[in-house]
Amino acid sequence: MATESAAMFDTDELVLNMGPQHPSTHGVLRLVLRLDGERVKDVDVVMGYVHRGIEKLSENRDWTQIILLTDRMDYVAAATNNLGYCETVEKLMEVEVPRRARYIRTILAELQRIASHCLWLGTHAMDIGAMTVFLYAFRERELILDLFEEYCGARLTYNSMRIGGLPLDLPSGWDAKVRAFCDIMDSKVEEYEELLTNNRIWLQRTRGIGVISGPDATALGLCGPPLRGSGVYRDVRKDEPYAAYDEFEFDVPLGTRGDTYDRYLIRLEEFRQSIRIIRQAVDGLPEGPIMGKVPRLLKPKAGETYHAIESPKGELGYFIASDGRSTNPYRFRVRPPSFCNLQGLRPLVIGHLVADVVALIGTLDVVLGEVDR
Amino acid sequence: MIDTVFWPLVKIVVLLNAVMVSVTFMTLLERKVIAWAQSRLGPMRVGPYGVLQAIADPIKLILKEDITPAKADKVMFTLAPIMSLVPAFVVFAVIPFGADPFYYVADINVGLLFIVSVTSIGVYGIILAGWASNSKYPLLASLRASAQLISYEIAVTMTLVSLILTAGTLSMVGIVEAQQEAGVWFGFIQPVAFVLVLIGGLAETNRAPFDMPEAEQELTGGFHTEYSGMRFALFFLAEYANMIVISAVIVVLFWGGWLRPFPSVDALAVLDYIPQWCWFFFKMFMVLYLFIWIRATLPRYRYDQLMRIGWKVLIPIAIANVVITAVVKVLL
Repeated sequence: MATESAAMFDTDELVLNMGPQHPSTHGVLRLVLRLDGERVKDVDVVMGYVHRGIEKLSENRDWTQIILLTDRMDYVAAATNNLGYCETVEKLMEVEVPRRARYIRTILAELQRIASHCLWLGTHAMDIGAMTVFLYAFRERELILDLFEEYCGARLTYNSMRIGGLPLDLPSGWDAKVRAFCDIMDSKVEEYEELLTNNRIWLQRTRGIGVISGPDATALGLCGPPLRGSGVYRDVRKDEPYAAYDEFEFDVPLGTRGDTYDRYLIRLEEFRQSIRIIRQAVDGLPEGPIMGKVPRLLKPKAGETYHAIESPKGELGYFIASDGRSTNPYRFRVRPPSFCNLQGLRPLVIGHLVADVVALIGTLDVVLGEVDR
Repeated sequence: MIDTVFWPLVKIVVLLNAVMVSVTFMTLLERKVIAWAQSRLGPMRVGPYGVLQAIADPIKLILKEDITPAKADKVMFTLAPIMSLVPAFVVFAVIPFGADPFYYVADINVGLLFIVSVTSIGVYGIILAGWASNSKYPLLASLRASAQLISYEIAVTMTLVSLILTAGTLSMVGIVEAQQEAGVWFGFIQPVAFVLVLIGGLAETNRAPFDMPEAEQELTGGFHTEYSGMRFALFFLAEYANMIVISAVIVVLFWGGWLRPFPSVDALAVLDYIPQWCWFFFKMFMVLYLFIWIRATLPRYRYDQLMRIGWKVLIPIAIANVVITAVVKVLL
């Protein structure tokens, strides 16, 4: 009887192609969804539409020229990309970076984290239908872009660091502007919370959506807020401090349920912690040089090294090998957090509805420029 | 002859044009209000403060190429926008903008029933559009639209029953007159019913937070993905005309139609110098503003969540409301 009715009412999977041109796939991500009604039975995540061969290109560029290329990976968080690369080369060459430079780098990286999270919050909320948060978040991101513009002249691809230090000292009055921004941002985070945190619709759309347990998240190689949302304590800033992070006090927020709402709360708390770090860094900004002792022609000795930092998206690692003879890396490899987090999309999405798919792409906060490189 | 054919026709022509013009300015209003809510300026380029944007948009849409997908069901594809537009316009026939018969086209004794049945036809336009497009995103959208229809329609109709019990008539003019006799707007007697009809109205017009059938971020525009040019504009027109209809119905049912505030307080009789239709449009504007405000504030529900709200929350409350109203009516 059961087989008979199954034959009578034939059900069919609906294969739905989502992307690469879709308003919610954040760039050029393509998903091939297999749907039963609106429920997702399976998904193929297709990427590679913005592959520019940055890793291979870097093997034919000067060490300093590569900084420009790192800008173009996670293009909404260029400063942290610069920081990760510069520190990796510094580690390989055993260059000492002056304390002032490390402080300024920290300020830039944390401002960048806020900017990146603003973009995440805006697009994530927009995907779930709250259009106003998008413009509010972009309004604050604009302030950060203005700060960056004043510092290095660029608004998106900063090229704001150099191997051994920084290209420029802070413009006069910049630190006061950063302080003013911190005060503004404090109240704005409250505003986002007012709009979303206790909103019943927001809760219904994010609570229990895309739950992943701590061990599963670790096994998948998730990093950053998606990993901490599942309650795993891992923050490179705390575990392997770089720049000047060991000198500042800040907390690492952890989630308990590992769902979309927890990941949202964590990123909001990271806004506050970033502001806290920036305040400490601006207050304690030491005087001194901004460039360490670096030879004019960079030619690191033969060897290889790996160094990771906590980018806004998660653990951003660089592996660099030098043959000791040429002025370019022998091998250049990036561990992009977006790529690793994107791996989590398939297990998260299966069993949810189409409306949740866009929420889950948003919660992982992937930037396709970094996934594809 | 003149009274039965000529004047109604004149009124219909005037009303249709008025609705179309107000729809175009409604889009401008929405863009402006949302822009202010989001600390932007909104349209500013066409005319002073962008007021001519409302004219520029339709002109652009008329001039655009009207594409029919090769594999679409041509007849249905053409019919769908018309089907969603016509009911929205037809409903205006029974909306009384003032007490004098000059201010409405028809006062039929089952006006409310007429509105409920005609507005339900509108959703067929959306379902057919999704089906006829022969494309996957619109198909999903039309499925959502049908699921949405059955979830809110019952609750809203149930709620209207309790209102009919209070008013004792189905005629739209009669309902306002009943409020005049009662000396109080029904919105104060039936606040629960007002909230239910407001929620149902949001679902009916596919407005946020129930805009699942067109969820841009999920379904890339939903049922009108494959539409372009003027046919797309017809859907747009229908959506905004529906919004105006729903707000007009809400004003008539709950906020005293053309009545001034506190219709029974003689001390405020000075307010009668403001024409009745002004009161009507002012109240309508407030409801429309509420619609836009909600859109600017809230995220979107998932369609299974709307169904859950419809079946598990709205319908029980609506039925309870009917029962309570009936009991109170009998006891008094």
